[in-house]
Amino acid sequence: RRRITGGDGTKLRPEERNRKVVSPQRSRWRNQLRCQRFKGAVLSDEEVYNEAAMEAFPVYNKSHMICLEMPSRAGDVIVSSYSEIAENEYIDPRTAQVAIVDHVKQICTKVRPANDEELPSLYIEEYRNALDAEIQRYVSESYPKGISAVNCVKGKDTEGPGSDFEFVVIITAMRLSPQNFCNGSWRSVWNIDFQDESQVLDIKGKLQVGAHYFEEGNVELDAKKDFQDSTIFQSADDCAIAIANIIRHHETEYLAALEVAYSKLPDNTFKDLRRKLPVTRTLFPWQNTLQFSLTREVEKELGLGK
Amino acid sequence: MEAALGLLRRMPPKQSETALSALLSLIPQHSSDLLSQVDLPLQVLRDIESGKDFILCEYNRDADSYRSPWSNKYLPPLEDALYPSSELRKLEVEANDIFAIYRDQYYEGGISSVYMWEDDNEGFVACFLIKKDGSKSGHGRRGCLEEGAWDAIHVIQVGPEEEGMAHYCLTSTIMLSLATDDESSGKFGLSGSIRRQMKMDLAVAEGHLCNMGRMIEELEGKLRNSLDQVYFGKTREMVCTLRPPAEIVQMRLPDT
Repeated sequence: RRRITGGDGTKLRPEERNRKVVSPQRSRWRNQLRCQRFKGAVLSDEEVYNEAAMEAFPVYNKSHMICLEMPSRAGDVIVSSYSEIAENEYIDPRTAQVAIVDHVKQICTKVRPANDEELPSLYIEEYRNALDAEIQRYVSESYPKGISAVNCVKGKDTEGPGSDFEFVVIITAMRLSPQNFCNGSWRSVWNIDFQDESQVLDIKGKLQVGAHYFEEGNVELDAKKDFQDSTIFQSADDCAIAIANIIRHHETEYLAALEVAYSKLPDNTFKDLRRKLPVTRTLFPWQNTLQFSLTREVEKELGLGK
Repeated sequence: MEAALGLLRRMPPKQSETALSALLSLIPQHSSDLLSQVDLPLQVLRDIESGKDFILCEYNRDADSYRSPWSNKYLPPLEDALYPSSELRKLEVEANDIFAIYRDQYYEGGISSVYMWEDDNEGFVACFLIKKDGSKSGHGRRGCLEEGAWDAIHVIQVGPEEEGMAHYCLTSTIMLSLATDDESSGKFGLSGSIRRQMKMDLAVAEGHLCNMGRMIEELEGKLRNSLDQVYFGKTREMVCTLRPPAEIVQMRLPDT
């Protein structure tokens, strides 16, 4: 999906508008909108495009947490602010590799082994690895095309108990079907704050689901929710299982809540915009509108009505 | 233009205004085309003289002024402005009154405006507009929406009367956005736009307003249902594709 983010939202200048009333031929134009490949570009200046793309793509890629295949079947690396080592380098903690990435082409050009400073300590890795495995298991069960990663974002050099550290669990699933005019993405970001003093894990989650359908129309779902939970600080394996269970529980509940929101649409939510039929349960009596006007006049006179 | 329009029809509906501004700066030579072909959420102005709001669009605009359907005056005032003929104005007045009642029946609030003008083929064109704020702070009766906007633009070309019949061509555009915010489902937002056309040859016996009104009611209903069932339904399907509900997942376990 190539999106051009240019322009600064400047308002239209008066001289850009026509003076005469626009004729209804515009409706003819509208009907010529069909799904076709772009035959010409909006922007013919390569340099300006490249400059804009260099700025826009990294932002898009990171916020959408795109997954790029690493060479030699090492798996996928998730491009995110949590895994960013440098502007074009993203760490995959599972394989201890750093992927070098071309943002605009959206590919991983090569990988290199992560060096010691980029990797967590053995103590941290024990916790990270256990959690990673549990999350992978959960994701393979619940998401047909899900990808996950666990990154240590704070305290990665901690050698043993006595300090706090923080992980970020990312779960991402994307379905791109532009030929069917439909795209969608699911993104979960779970912050796990291991608090040594209170011996508690403070868990904060952010889920974001998007779907876009644009065949002879253009409709988008944008749903998000924040979560909060906690569990006790235990061994690496026990923490992993507890955290994965909490995540599974909240995400499953959230999916069910989304279903409920959808089912309420036709007869409740949508009604606040436009009813299916008037309260009379019949179509509007266009031929009897004189009668209607009369009724309104009477209503007004008697101070009735809304 | 093709590339620009192709981009616009894929942009997230809530960003269409930003996208349009961006395109206008990139291809200013096409600005009048772009402006006339892209629909943006409707804006409203108050006609202080008649104490009512009216909707702004290209069909009641001349230079930077807009004509109120209630007072038939341009705001801000404009010299040598364009007006419909007095006969058409009579029809326009009636249309505004009737459409207000129709709007009330279906929308339980909101604002409507109708504008008419003669076209080159001895017929005329009418534009029926509705703007509804269905949020709980607006006219949302049930208070379920944090945000709720519905904009409807119906442009109907009426051909000259021939042997008691006339040809009607209606192009309807609906733009909407809704958002709920609650305990269990968090922030849930749907937005989009859809446009369809309908052509009919009808007897003029009951009058143009009757014919136009029925067509608009029918197409509006179809678009509402389509948005609800087909379009929003597709997004619902996508969510279930990304993460199938638990029952379905359990059925899969034997394979793995």
